[in-house]
Amino acid sequence: MPFLDLSFRHKIPLWGGLLIIITAFAVSASLVSEAYDELQEDLLLDAETLGQSLTANLFPAMLHDDTWRTFEIIRASIDYVKADNTNAVKLKTILVVDNALRVVASAHPKMAPILTDIRQLSPEYADLADWLAKTTGAETREIILPNSKHIYFATPVSQEGLHLGTLIMVYPEDVFWPRFAHILWHGLLAGAFVLAILLPLNWYWGQRLAIPLVQLTERMGEMGKKWPERLNYKAYGHNDELGRLFEAYNQMLQERKTKEALEMQIVQSERLAAVGQLAAGIAHEINNPLSGMLTAIDTLKCHSEVNPQTLKTITLIERGLGQIKETVGALLVEAKLKSRDLVPQDIEDVLTLITPMASKKALHVSWHNSLNEGIPLPATFVRQIMINLLLNAVQAADRQGEVAFEIGVTDKQLQLSVTNSGKMLSAEQITHLFEPFSPLSEGGARPGFVGHLSNRASIRRTHRR
Amino acid sequence: MKPSDIKMPPPRGLSNSDRLQPGKPFWFWLWLGWFVFLLPAEVGAQQDVPPIRMGITPAIIHDQYELLTKWRLYLEEKLGRPVEFVSRDSYRETIDLLKRNKLDFAWVSSFPYVYLEHNRRVRLLVTPVYQGRPYYRAYLIVPASDLDTRSFLQLKGKVFAYADFYSFTGYVIPRYQLQQAGEDSAHFFRKTFFTSGHRKVIEAVGHGLADGGMVDGFVWDALSNIRKDITDQTRIVSKTQEFGFPPIVAQVSVDKDKYAAMQRVLLEMENDLEGAKLLKQLQLDRFGPPAPERYREVHKMMQAVGDL
Repeated sequence: MPFLDLSFRHKIPLWGGLLIIITAFAVSASLVSEAYDELQEDLLLDAETLGQSLTANLFPAMLHDDTWRTFEIIRASIDYVKADNTNAVKLKTILVVDNALRVVASAHPKMAPILTDIRQLSPEYADLADWLAKTTGAETREIILPNSKHIYFATPVSQEGLHLGTLIMVYPEDVFWPRFAHILWHGLLAGAFVLAILLPLNWYWGQRLAIPLVQLTERMGEMGKKWPERLNYKAYGHNDELGRLFEAYNQMLQERKTKEALEMQIVQSERLAAVGQLAAGIAHEINNPLSGMLTAIDTLKCHSEVNPQTLKTITLIERGLGQIKETVGALLVEAKLKSRDLVPQDIEDVLTLITPMASKKALHVSWHNSLNEGIPLPATFVRQIMINLLLNAVQAADRQGEVAFEIGVTDKQLQLSVTNSGKMLSAEQITHLFEPFSPLSEGGARPGFVGHLSNRASIRRTHRR
Repeated sequence: MKPSDIKMPPPRGLSNSDRLQPGKPFWFWLWLGWFVFLLPAEVGAQQDVPPIRMGITPAIIHDQYELLTKWRLYLEEKLGRPVEFVSRDSYRETIDLLKRNKLDFAWVSSFPYVYLEHNRRVRLLVTPVYQGRPYYRAYLIVPASDLDTRSFLQLKGKVFAYADFYSFTGYVIPRYQLQQAGEDSAHFFRKTFFTSGHRKVIEAVGHGLADGGMVDGFVWDALSNIRKDITDQTRIVSKTQEFGFPPIVAQVSVDKDKYAAMQRVLLEMENDLEGAKLLKQLQLDRFGPPAPERYREVHKMMQAVGDL
């Protein structure tokens, strides 16, 4: 059913509201029904009281054949009822008939002229006459004729056994309606007042109960697609079943996050181990020709006479090959890392190496080297870091952009800074920053930079061992 | 007001400090006691003047209580003595009171006047002047819904309302007219009843309780001015000839001074502002001097129907 599929946000207040309305209507209907019964009893009581009161005055008037006095007595009752602005039951008319059922006086003489046999007034009065002829008694009797729109009350006009006639009071069938409508109206107002208080309260509590459930449902639905947010305790703030459900959810969320982080670390470790094994294999393959090249250069330096310019170039190649050897050696887990200390000339070598690339992109290179002497740090690693960072910076910088490099020693620490103009890394890129062979390199964005940072991470880990 | 009801102010010049206190001389207490003894007698002497008792009957609209109170106070002021109005719904009661010397004056219908004057019980005091003449007429009325009735005799077999057993217009005239027409009033109508007043006849006919009635024309006119909704329920079929207006009479035992004083006050009402205002509210022009000959026709008709 569509209604049953509604959100609790709507269903709880609607159900509550429906129950309140049904309850209000049931209580109102019960009260109104009781009021209707009381009205019926009141009518009989009123008719009896009025009948007894009127007949006490009518008896002497009828006994003396005082038509005007008889008329005045019954007319006064009608005029009083007519002038009464309250919701008292309204008499329609009153007749006084003699023992022959002829009208002695009527509150509305034009409708029931005096001396007229009431059987001649209307078929309904003929039925009434038959009923009166059959029944006797000294009490007021309620007469409800079939298919009649009136309720009749007949009271004998008699004292001490002398029966002069009958007082007939005629009420409209809907006699209760004005008073009943009054009661109904007040009941409706009271009901509306109660509903006006209860419905908003119900809506408020329904929402207060439903919204946490809805939030919980939404969070659970998000589970698996992304990490949902924690539930705010303030949204509910009670220690009942719902509050405990909140707590359990938050605890479960925390545990799942921890578990996933652990799993990711394991996966990354396994991946790094695989990469290490691969790198070690490659390093072995590179080491052999590299050793040959270094031997050849050494031979060339020892047994050939070369001009200074060539010698400088050979020296530069030798240092480069040495760096490659050390790097490859670092990839071998079991290799011992040996390197010379860093000297200021290493920094200038790096500048010489990146200048051609920077010139191609018309970059402005800001270079500040404050090293005056060698420092006890492996020159190979530092050069590798500098080259990688600077190459990445050159690649990432916009054309005619700017690359700035600064290096120096502060508080016995080597500090270097490479900045370049260009786009910032995205959050996703930062997430995969330290992963070798990450998808970033495939996009060609900053493979060198990524490689550098990977190396840096590896170096740092190596030193920690 | 009874003498005991009179509140006495403290004697002039007698302060609170002068009240019964030890140390006052004997002659002071003697004087004070004598003063206190004499003062109620002095005041009571004024209050012991017996009130003038005046009977009010349905010859006028006698349930205009506020107007009657104003008129009574006016008479008290002019006469310099208390006046009591004794209102009765039936002429019979007023006639009895006059017979038993319980009233000094009474405003009665022509019938009671002629009847009592015939029995040497009353003297004519004044005759009201209505619409410039000291006469009035009887109106034959039927319900406004009855557009067929054109004459009194058409009411044969109907229900007829009489005003009072001692009413000239409300009882004597209808019977006289039937007598003149050769009808027997005892059997002419299907049913008759008395209402004890012209206004009530108008109401009985208006409501349809009666098919017709004969009423004092002055009462019908006066009622039409203050309760048109009642007179609108009736229709005037015919008006009779003029008869002497219901007069104010004096009981025969009323002394000359009282008679003269009351007659003077009534005759002069039109001459002062308050009196003229009251006359207007009573819907009269003025009160005129007595003229018994105006009631000869009434006398004749009462004799004709056997009421005299």
